[in-house]
Amino acid sequence: MDEIIRVEGISKTFTLSKKQQKIERTNLRRKVAVDNLTFTANRGEIFGLLGPNGAGKTTTLRMLATLIKPDSGDALLNGYSVVNQPEEVRGQIGFLTSELKLEDFFTPNYLFDFFAKLHGVDSEVATRRKKTLFERFGIDKFAEVKVQNLSTGMKQKASIVISLVHDPDIIIFDEPTNGLDVLTARTVTDYLTELRDAGKTIILSTHIFSLVEKLCDRVGVIIDGRLTHCDTLSAVCDGMTLEDRFFEIYKSLKGGEE
Amino acid sequence: MKSNIWTIVRKEFARFFGDKAMVFTTILMPGLLIYLIYSVMGENIGNKNKMDADHPATVYVENMPESVAPLFDSLPLHVVTSGFDFNTLYVDSLKDKECNLICVNFPKDFDLMVKAYDPKSGLPAPNVRIYYNSLSANSKIAFEAVRTLLDGWESSFCNRFNVNAQIPGSEESFDVATSDDVLGDILSQLIPMLLLTLMFSGCMAVAPASIAGEKERGTIATLLVTPMSRHELAIGKILSLSTFALLSGLSSFLGIILSLPKLTQADESVNLGVKLSYGMGDYVMLLVVLLSTVLVMISIISIISAYAKSVKAAGTMVMPLMIVIMFVGLIPMFGGGTATFSTLYMIPFYNSVQCMSGVFAYEPSLSHVIITVASNLCYTALAVYVLARMFNSERMMFDK
Repeated sequence: MDEIIRVEGISKTFTLSKKQQKIERTNLRRKVAVDNLTFTANRGEIFGLLGPNGAGKTTTLRMLATLIKPDSGDALLNGYSVVNQPEEVRGQIGFLTSELKLEDFFTPNYLFDFFAKLHGVDSEVATRRKKTLFERFGIDKFAEVKVQNLSTGMKQKASIVISLVHDPDIIIFDEPTNGLDVLTARTVTDYLTELRDAGKTIILSTHIFSLVEKLCDRVGVIIDGRLTHCDTLSAVCDGMTLEDRFFEIYKSLKGGEE
Repeated sequence: MKSNIWTIVRKEFARFFGDKAMVFTTILMPGLLIYLIYSVMGENIGNKNKMDADHPATVYVENMPESVAPLFDSLPLHVVTSGFDFNTLYVDSLKDKECNLICVNFPKDFDLMVKAYDPKSGLPAPNVRIYYNSLSANSKIAFEAVRTLLDGWESSFCNRFNVNAQIPGSEESFDVATSDDVLGDILSQLIPMLLLTLMFSGCMAVAPASIAGEKERGTIATLLVTPMSRHELAIGKILSLSTFALLSGLSSFLGIILSLPKLTQADESVNLGVKLSYGMGDYVMLLVVLLSTVLVMISIISIISAYAKSVKAAGTMVMPLMIVIMFVGLIPMFGGGTATFSTLYMIPFYNSVQCMSGVFAYEPSLSHVIITVASNLCYTALAVYVLARMFNSERMMFDK
């Protein structure tokens, strides 16, 4: 197997403000979001990080996308270190999350060209890629409509297309189907399979069991910032459905507390 | 590196100039509004001090003395000396705001009383009562005219000496300052503060929206996952925002300069009709100083905006800076001329004010301008570094 992502013992601790302490119902000043996480992902596979809300999935993905720095540990993406070579890492990845927004004022067409330039994509290549991607996601008809006038679904599709402007080898996708309508969700999951078949590596985070079962080749179960299991889907499931297996793991760790 | 900065600048320009409302409210409107308001103000003030030529005021004189009667004939006013009832006029007409008259009441036997009066006696001098209505321009102007006339007449029979009297035919000038110098002095006190505050409001119109706004809307994160370096983003933002701020400030400035003649026509003692004798070099220096100042302003406001969680918060946080800048702008009005110590020209904003003040006072110093621009560029570079660090900081960019 051709290993493309190697995560080595990354940890992240956040300092909680008074307000956050109240929300989290804790008196602790510090919260360990990600605790010494280690896993690898191979070229041409979809790796899923499965866990409940607040388990540390998004923090992990943000560290891989170099938006935040790990307190300790490192991750190598296509050989580049997120700690020491963040700019190179960003050239290797497409990062998708509902938190990354497009400027309302511009059209998908303009934004695609703009981000293509920032990624250093040759303009001819960019034009060709734009045509293919816009057609694939049905944005071609809305290419000249300002983002503010697009429907929510179309906005999300435009975000996805623009994050793929540089044809990255690694796609990091935080909660891929969250907030998407059923049609867009289907387009996205189909496209992720296509990307995998084209040899791309996809890391996604989710709390939806069916999505993992449908898409992922390998899965890491993350609870309270720790990776409890990490293997192929069938090995993790161990003959059970993923949902049953997950709650078994969860109960064994938390002693039945909900 | 260069191409990424250029890409950011181009996007910011497309964003700014593509939005007609934005261009109108930040560039066209300030200048236009200032020009219109000042022009209308100047026009109105001017009219207040002018007699309505078609309807000159009527001067009703009671007990007109023989000695001053010929003087009244020289007034460009309609003078009535008989056939009216003084009390009726006073009560009914003069109290009416629209009245177009004054009433002059000489004591009976005024000429005799004046002749008999001895200033050394300590007794009150004969008194002429002139009733007028200051709310009516015509009445007020007529009052001034009659009073000047009587004052002149009084001094004509007890004249002992004159001050600065012009000998007919000579063009002797007693004030050695040329009108250029006087104008330069006024401008060097006023314009730096005006320019500084106008530039500042230009910066306020664009910087928080572009940086805190992008943060608030989550669009800056999209930029931060591209391989572009944070420095490129910081430089691109500062350069483009400075351009918009400069345009906005210059528009307001142009509005003021163009409306000045109209505003000052009201007050003839300020003669702005004289030609400004600043050369090309002066204007270039001014522009360079201004540009470097805007860079510093935009840099500081950008850093504050990157720290703020929303555009609104950024607006509040910038207020103390605005107060400081306005205060620094006032310094030339305290007098004392421009600073001579070169090191003082390293203090941001103060250096710009002093340089501008020097240029307007016809005492430009190239070395001071160079120190000012160089230190302002250093501050901007420092700010780029800080801003890039902030763009890189998860706490600044992602903390809610």
